[in-house]
Amino acid sequence: MISFSAVSKRFPGGKDALRGVSFAVEDGELLFITGHSGAGKSTLLKLIAAIERPSSGSVLVNGQNVGALKRAAIPYLRRNLGLVFQDQKLLYDRSVYDNVMLPLAFSDHPPREAARRARAALDKVGLLERERANPIQLSGGEQQRLAIARAVVNRPSILLADEPTANLDVDSAGHILDIFVAFNRVGVSVLVATHDLALVERYGTRVLRLAEGRLLGEGGGG
Amino acid sequence: MRSWLRQHRLALAAAIRKWRAQRAAALLNALALGVALALPAGGYAVLEALDRLSTRSAIDPQLSVFMRTDAEPEAARQLAARLRGDARIHRVRLITREEALAALRGTSGLADVVAALGSNPLPDTLVLTVAGSSDGVLDQLAEELGRAPGVALAQVDALWARRLAALERVGRLALALLAAILAVGLVAIAFNTIRLQILTQRDEIEVSKLIGATDGFIQRPFLYLGLLQGLSGVLVALALVGAGLTLMNTEIVGLARSYGSEFRLPFFSSGEAVALALIAGGLGWLGAYMSVSRYLREIEPK
Ligand SMILES: Nc1ncnc2c1ncn2[C@@H]1O[C@H](COP(=O)(O)OP(=O)(O)OP(=O)(O)O)[C@@H](O)[C@H]1O
Ligand SMILES: [Mg+2]
Repeated sequence: MISFSAVSKRFPGGKDALRGVSFAVEDGELLFITGHSGAGKSTLLKLIAAIERPSSGSVLVNGQNVGALKRAAIPYLRRNLGLVFQDQKLLYDRSVYDNVMLPLAFSDHPPREAARRARAALDKVGLLERERANPIQLSGGEQQRLAIARAVVNRPSILLADEPTANLDVDSAGHILDIFVAFNRVGVSVLVATHDLALVERYGTRVLRLAEGRLLGEGGGG
Repeated sequence: MRSWLRQHRLALAAAIRKWRAQRAAALLNALALGVALALPAGGYAVLEALDRLSTRSAIDPQLSVFMRTDAEPEAARQLAARLRGDARIHRVRLITREEALAALRGTSGLADVVAALGSNPLPDTLVLTVAGSSDGVLDQLAEELGRAPGVALAQVDALWARRLAALERVGRLALALLAAILAVGLVAIAFNTIRLQILTQRDEIEVSKLIGATDGFIQRPFLYLGLLQGLSGVLVALALVGAGLTLMNTEIVGLARSYGSEFRLPFFSSGEAVALALIAGGLGWLGAYMSVSRYLREIEPK
């Protein structure tokens, strides 16, 4: 479970990225976050992953006050999260397969089990035949899917995705969102920040609308 | 425990991967570190050899007492008798001037020279072996005997060994200073190469932090890399010192033989080689640790 109460984030320089934001996400929910550029979508996701800390208010993830976590505790929070970024942050000095293997270094799976999981994750995003390729050889949509495979390989309970469909054509974007929906069906909580309202509306799930760092209200819903 | 071992195996593998990824730079580094290590290590090897030489020669300190050539023939005999009663003196050997001349005459090639001399220029000589080997006793005796009637000169034969020992102490001090300076240099080299490694691997570090790597996990390969660099320097240093000693020995063996000695500069014992590896590996690790503590924290996902 994720819950924000009266969360504000002011960046050094006086910019208010979030102002008094409160909401809660139940386990296993699929949630979209929309808003104009600069509305605070990325900031909201970064607060959940402790990449940024709130200026006031509290962010709870599975009962843990993330904003107050000690530095040494942050890695353990992140191991329970799958993170997908707009710039996928892939490593181009190693193969697709090795990129997916990265998070498995922290789990205690025996090597054969780790390899099996990496292949399963690649299979889910349709990249199994490209495991030997270098990420640079993949298309934008394929790179995005690789980032998703890396995010889910450790079976996190929460998946956070920031603009995962930016710069993709409608079909590829639809394909990516279908992958998220599939993960959500097996019980993963999924939060997706996106500009793409048209796409969001197709899914008819809960949507948080942000403007100037404030929560405008919620739309969508079944 | 198994997972701890696994983490370290992974870190070592990652370090070796990083090392091999830039083989050329790594080899140059090993060379630089090797030269820096070879200087104090080679100096140490030479000093250790000299140390063995000077202590071995000092085991049996001798004092030569030369009588004046115009002294009474009885003077040497009387002095010898007196010294035999001295508790500080272990053994007294008297070599009369006649005996000395006879010995000289017996030496091949010198017979003609001796014949040409006419009168015997050699003095009566007493060779004293001192009980124990304390420098103080030896010096005191030399001074006393120098003032005794009929004595021209009392000379401590182990003097050169003591000079060598004094020289060696100076050498050791210089070596310690050199080693300290080069140790700092070694740490600085490791610090800087690891800093460059960290900067070129920004992306990897950032991604590692995002997927939940602890600071320990991220820094471990860099620490191993510092260690490996130190060890690679040791290999180069051992090769350089080995080559240097071999080269010097070709000259020294001949020289030592002319003094009837089997002296040569020995290579490091395995214990010394291991100690060198520990020191250099430790210094590499230390430089890496300083670099990692300074720079890894700065790289945070945005
Ligand atoms: N590190 C930072 N330092 C200062 N200001 C920042 C920082 N990060 C974000 N901001 C500001 O906070 C506001 C919200 O940024 P955020 O990235 O959350 O917006 P966004 O909704 O994700 O926008 P976009 O759709 O363009 O990605 C912006 O005005 C941005 O300039
Ligand atoms: Mg954004």
